[in-house]
Amino acid sequence: MAKDDNSGKDLAAADSSGVGHEGAPAGTAVVVRDAVANPGFPPHRPRVTDLDPSAERRAERTVYTLFYLSIVGSVFAIAAYMAFPIVPEDPGSVRMNNLFIGLGLTLALMAIGIGAVHWGKALMFDHEGIDERHPVRGSDETRTRAVEIFQEAGSESGIGRRTLIRNSLIGALIAFPLPAVVLFRGLGPQDDNPAALLSHTMWKKGTRLALDPTGTPIKASDITLGSAFHVIPEGLQDLEHGRLEEKGKAAVLLMRLKPEDLNELPERKGWSYDGIVAYSKICTHVGCPVALYEQQTHHLLCPCHQSQFDVSNHCEVIFGPAKRPLPQLPIAVDSEGYLIAQSDFTEPVGPSFWERN
Amino acid sequence: MSTTTTTTELVETKKSGGLTAVAANYIDERTSISTAVKELGRKIFPDHWSFLLGEVALYSFVIILLSGSFLTFFFSASMAPVQYDGSYVPLKGVEMSAAMSSSLDISFDIRGGLLMRQVHHWAALLFVAAIGLHMLRIYFTGAFRKPRELNWVIGFILFILAMAEGFTGYSLPDDLLSGNGLRIIDGMVKGIPLVGTWISYLLFGGEFPGEAIVGRLYSLHILLLPAIIVALIAMHLLFVVVHKHTQYPGAGRTNQNVVGYPVLPVYAAKAGGFFFIVFGVVMLMASLFTINPIWNYGPYDPSPVSAGTQPDWYIGFADGALRLIPPGLEFVWLDHTFSVNILIPLVSLGLFILVVLIYPFIEAWVTGDKREHHILDRPRNAPTRTAIGAAGVTFYAALWTTASSDIIATHFSVTMEGVIHTMQFLTIVGPFIAFFIAKRVCLALQKKDREIVLHGYESGRIVRLPGGEYIEVHQPIDEYERWKLVSYSDYKPLMIRPNAQGKITTGQKVRAGMSRWFFEDRIEPVGNAELEQAHTDRH
Repeated sequence: MAKDDNSGKDLAAADSSGVGHEGAPAGTAVVVRDAVANPGFPPHRPRVTDLDPSAERRAERTVYTLFYLSIVGSVFAIAAYMAFPIVPEDPGSVRMNNLFIGLGLTLALMAIGIGAVHWGKALMFDHEGIDERHPVRGSDETRTRAVEIFQEAGSESGIGRRTLIRNSLIGALIAFPLPAVVLFRGLGPQDDNPAALLSHTMWKKGTRLALDPTGTPIKASDITLGSAFHVIPEGLQDLEHGRLEEKGKAAVLLMRLKPEDLNELPERKGWSYDGIVAYSKICTHVGCPVALYEQQTHHLLCPCHQSQFDVSNHCEVIFGPAKRPLPQLPIAVDSEGYLIAQSDFTEPVGPSFWERN
Repeated sequence: MSTTTTTTELVETKKSGGLTAVAANYIDERTSISTAVKELGRKIFPDHWSFLLGEVALYSFVIILLSGSFLTFFFSASMAPVQYDGSYVPLKGVEMSAAMSSSLDISFDIRGGLLMRQVHHWAALLFVAAIGLHMLRIYFTGAFRKPRELNWVIGFILFILAMAEGFTGYSLPDDLLSGNGLRIIDGMVKGIPLVGTWISYLLFGGEFPGEAIVGRLYSLHILLLPAIIVALIAMHLLFVVVHKHTQYPGAGRTNQNVVGYPVLPVYAAKAGGFFFIVFGVVMLMASLFTINPIWNYGPYDPSPVSAGTQPDWYIGFADGALRLIPPGLEFVWLDHTFSVNILIPLVSLGLFILVVLIYPFIEAWVTGDKREHHILDRPRNAPTRTAIGAAGVTFYAALWTTASSDIIATHFSVTMEGVIHTMQFLTIVGPFIAFFIAKRVCLALQKKDREIVLHGYESGRIVRLPGGEYIEVHQPIDEYERWKLVSYSDYKPLMIRPNAQGKITTGQKVRAGMSRWFFEDRIEPVGNAELEQAHTDRH
């Protein structure tokens, strides 16, 4: 099968521009009449290792040296496993363990690889071989026989004739996977409605604002001008279940601005306290925490997709892919001076969803 | 027919005797393995560096399977809250999921565990990159043409599955970054009209983040997706055997032969050795370079996030698409929210992917060429295809760059808004510019090829003629080099002709328009007559 190079001369006439084996339509391809002929294979060029016996011996030496080196690498990796154990509470030992086992394995692998490739390139018989191609389609006899088989199967089973059997089978085959699809309803809890769940949070009238993550309630007097606090509802840390789910909706940013810098909507006049405002921390784009507060410009920036919200203008969007302002949490101060929520958010927080209106 | 083969093999092997012969005989009598050896053992594979890209993809997948299997023995795919009590001091006593805790244990309490985690992650990054480059190689050389269109589709699905594997794996440790990634997916899914809210609800087993998602992604990551990938890779390679490998144009190579080295021994040595080299490079990266240091991020919590975080590289284009959307694209209509700011990225990326998927069929329809093509195109010889590819690459690159918009803004001290506006411009206009430039460059290179064929190459030797004129001597190229420059398929635009009913259909008009767009600017390959003419002129 593998022939010597120059035997390809007889292929010179064959055109390489893609004229099909069995005269398949060439479409808009231009068939060039006076195309230059394929010159056949160029003469074989021997390698240094073919001409110079000392080069050949050198290549051989290189290859087996590499393979022996690989064994050294494997042994080194095992030794490193033992010589560089992980010492509890010492991150440096992890680094050494990782480094030396890894370098040992690298040597073991690379040496095999380079050795084998070098062997293949420098020492193995390097005359190229030729395989003939045949059209991918089956031969005409094969195809005729295949058609016959289907026809025989068709007539022997009567699938074309007995249409009731055929159609009912198709129906049954379509119907039988449907229960499996229905089973996937069980992926979510049974009796909840997601849209309803998304529409309320843990905040309710009188819930104290607490620091994230300690859960310490916050006094209005602790909020200095220009500061920003990450806030959770008091009691969140004591939840047995669903702490992250509740936090994902209830997280709030608390900021204090000069009251004259706040441009409040008339219907929200009573939602702030002495320049202190509370806004949902969950971005209205796809739900990342809007964690970056620029004190000077009163802008909030979402680090994920760079939506920017203007706190002095009820957190409306001034740049980025988000559309809706961050929902505002109405706040007040209780008799002991702690900040409390007046109610839950008045709209769903976080990313938009279909049922939201 | 196999009986004769087996008997001859038998006679031969018996003669030589020894343990190998006995073993070979034993196996062959039970498996007919000699048939496979006869068919495949001396099968020819052509050589070219660009053919290695697919091999890199295959080998990194093997590395992923090996290192991933190791990781499954230690990883706990549970979101049940636990108190971390491992060796990493800064997180001691912190409450986190069992998934995060076990990932930290793999990194800090199991010897070689961090190494395997890093091998797994680096190999995964390499896997997607190698598939991407392999696809570009296939595209720009026209290797997707008949009979390989379906294998392009299989390979393309593998690319999508590789990204899915990457994303599901990235999410498993349940650290702060991966949790934020899931949060973004949740937000995007919720933006899908009608079903989005429910899909998110079912995916997370209730409200985000829930306690189910890691276990579910784990099933996908180690069972379902790998099974499909293994099956598709098997099909992909089977087709390579059926079609035989393509080859670049070269003297002696035709559409009816394959020229190269046989599987045994040369190809086995080189490809087998190359597996170890790829493995070695991944191992070296894993030894020296940290990847995904989850201990720095901490466990997932919906409230904190750090600035300047980046997804793994292959998800960047989707994240970039989200960032590019201008403000205000969302509205409420008929009591329902239409998140256009989410739908535009989803739909445009979907369309982009669809065009890539069906490109072989589009080009086949435009050319109407039903012949088999086993000789690769040099990219310059298909200028419009190459230009379309350049436009696609530019579009992808613009989206991908946008995923780092915040980093660009902070590193180069430019405004966030300026970066986004520039990238919006580049995403839309960039592909057109790239198309134009690539097409002109291709045509110019084709002209240069013609020039070299007809008048030889510039030898760098300057000669002063008796009249005082200086000329550079041009040397003619040999016939083997010349063949590479003149042997390519050339297409001309389609002429519209009325069909049997004397009508010109809309389909025909569209096809003719596309064909004109593809082949209006064409450089014909040099023929014998021209060559003769140039030859006479020279003397």
